Amino acid sequence: MSLTLEQVRRIAHLARIEVSDAEAQATVGHLNGIFALIEEMQAVDTAGVEPMAHAQDLAQRLRDDRVTESSALEQRAAFQAIAPETESGLYLVPKVIE
Amino acid sequence: MNQWEVVIGIETHVQLSTQSKIFSGASTAFGAAPNVQACAVDLALPGVLPVLNKGAVECAIRFGLAVGAQIAPKSVFARKNYFYPDLPKGYQISQFELPVVVGGGVAIQLGQGENAVEKIVELTRAHLEEDAGKSLHEDFHGKSGIDLNRAGTPLLEIVTEPVMRSSAEAVAYARALHALVRWIGICDGNMQEGSFRCDANVSVRRPGQPFGTRREIKNLNSFRFMQQAIDYEVQWQIATIEDGGKIQQATVLFDPDSGETRAMRSKEDAHDYRYFPDPDLLPLVIDRDWVERTRATMPELPTAKRDRFVADYGLSAYDATALTAALEVADFYEAAVAVAGKASAKPCANWVTVDLAARLNKDGKDIGESPVSAAQLGGLVARIADNTISNNIAKKVFEALWNGEGSTADEIIEKQGLKQITDTGAIETLIDEVLAANAAMVAEFRAGKEKAFNALVGQAMKATKGKANPQQVNELLRKKLG
Repeated sequence: MSLTLEQVRRIAHLARIEVSDAEAQATVGHLNGIFALIEEMQAVDTAGVEPMAHAQDLAQRLRDDRVTESSALEQRAAFQAIAPETESGLYLVPKVIE
Repeated sequence: MNQWEVVIGIETHVQLSTQSKIFSGASTAFGAAPNVQACAVDLALPGVLPVLNKGAVECAIRFGLAVGAQIAPKSVFARKNYFYPDLPKGYQISQFELPVVVGGGVAIQLGQGENAVEKIVELTRAHLEEDAGKSLHEDFHGKSGIDLNRAGTPLLEIVTEPVMRSSAEAVAYARALHALVRWIGICDGNMQEGSFRCDANVSVRRPGQPFGTRREIKNLNSFRFMQQAIDYEVQWQIATIEDGGKIQQATVLFDPDSGETRAMRSKEDAHDYRYFPDPDLLPLVIDRDWVERTRATMPELPTAKRDRFVADYGLSAYDATALTAALEVADFYEAAVAVAGKASAKPCANWVTVDLAARLNKDGKDIGESPVSAAQLGGLVARIADNTISNNIAKKVFEALWNGEGSTADEIIEKQGLKQITDTGAIETLIDEVLAANAAMVAEFRAGKEKAFNALVGQAMKATKGKANPQQVNELLRKKLG
């Protein structure tokens, strides 16, 4: 299994990563190198082995349904102090409507 | 003939009634100022980690039990990757390969009254996920405003098999599901506030043929729009195919103003979400014990209650269905019967589903806000049953109770002198007076005009101010004229 240049460009686009032609070429090589490793793992007989969802064999800890965060305007102001642009309590972003 | 079969599957996003968000301790209350309920986790600030809300899981278990589904002993959260400003992490935490609820079904009623038939709409799955924020596209100097209060609100996405065959079936399912999630207390069902949102996958085919290509109508937030949107979409698809065209898979929006569905600009990458298990969250483990403890807190479900109403109270399936449309109605009814007595179960059903429902509707009130309590209504029905008052007078007493003119039916009957006259002698005296005063009508009756008899009954009832038993008046009048 190996990736084409076209597939690498598509993956980069989906991840919103801008790659130059040279970078895309180099990335094909890098990713295909990783694929060789994956192929080696694919060759192992895993029949009857439950797919692993997490490296730690533990169950998710749960928290009680309680509000523990502040809804104060001061808290919002603290968060918004590091935002590039805000107005009327909203975070402003480049227009996204289609 | 050109027969077409409609195939519909529905996905519903049900907002769960938790206090806090699915992965953070921020409030989920509706209507707060923008972004005051968006904490560091909801904003996806670096270094934060999600911690799963037990209450949201509990809601999923309740739903699974209510629809007879399997509750997965182990389910996994996955990242659904896409970029949009109201999704700060760049992925939505959802469930993909191993959802928390698998299978199950929702019973729907098709048709009315005697002709009603039941159909089970099979569910594929239901999974837990987080909601996104909201984008506001009003002009902020050419920019969009983002409110992340809704980001991280717990949702249960409920997916059906493609088993519905008409818009009417789709709406019946949506209504039944809406009633059910409210019944088991996992969702407030407020469609205006977006607590219950449906997407309909619609396709058409010749019967017996494989499924046609489907188009997905997004964000249907009223039952009426759902019906209109599906009807329009079906006609559009049939017309397109019959004109030699092909249906392209697409996401469409319904425009209530034009009554049409139209495709959103297709995004070629839209369905490439590159799901993978979220390494920030361990598998969700639900043991048998937790399921059984939850089962013990479940209310009697609508279909079980409906069957019991038919068996125990001798109600028709139609009445029993109407009374189990919402838990509040069913509880009200049973409380009224408890006072009126089981022998009055049928009249109680009529009062709740007809008189009370109409009166509530007139004032735009919910049954929870009814000025007439279940005990008051039960007390009223008991007085009809023991012949203290007639049905007609009962309507007066009901109105008086509604207006707070007394605290019980007995008090109002006593205070306003509405007790039915059953003393035969007293009624006979009144009838004699009526006959004497309406000689012309009597003559008409004797000439064979049956209508005149009814007019005389009316006069007699009027003379008793409606307090006589109409049947008794009828009998006495016949006797006197006969």
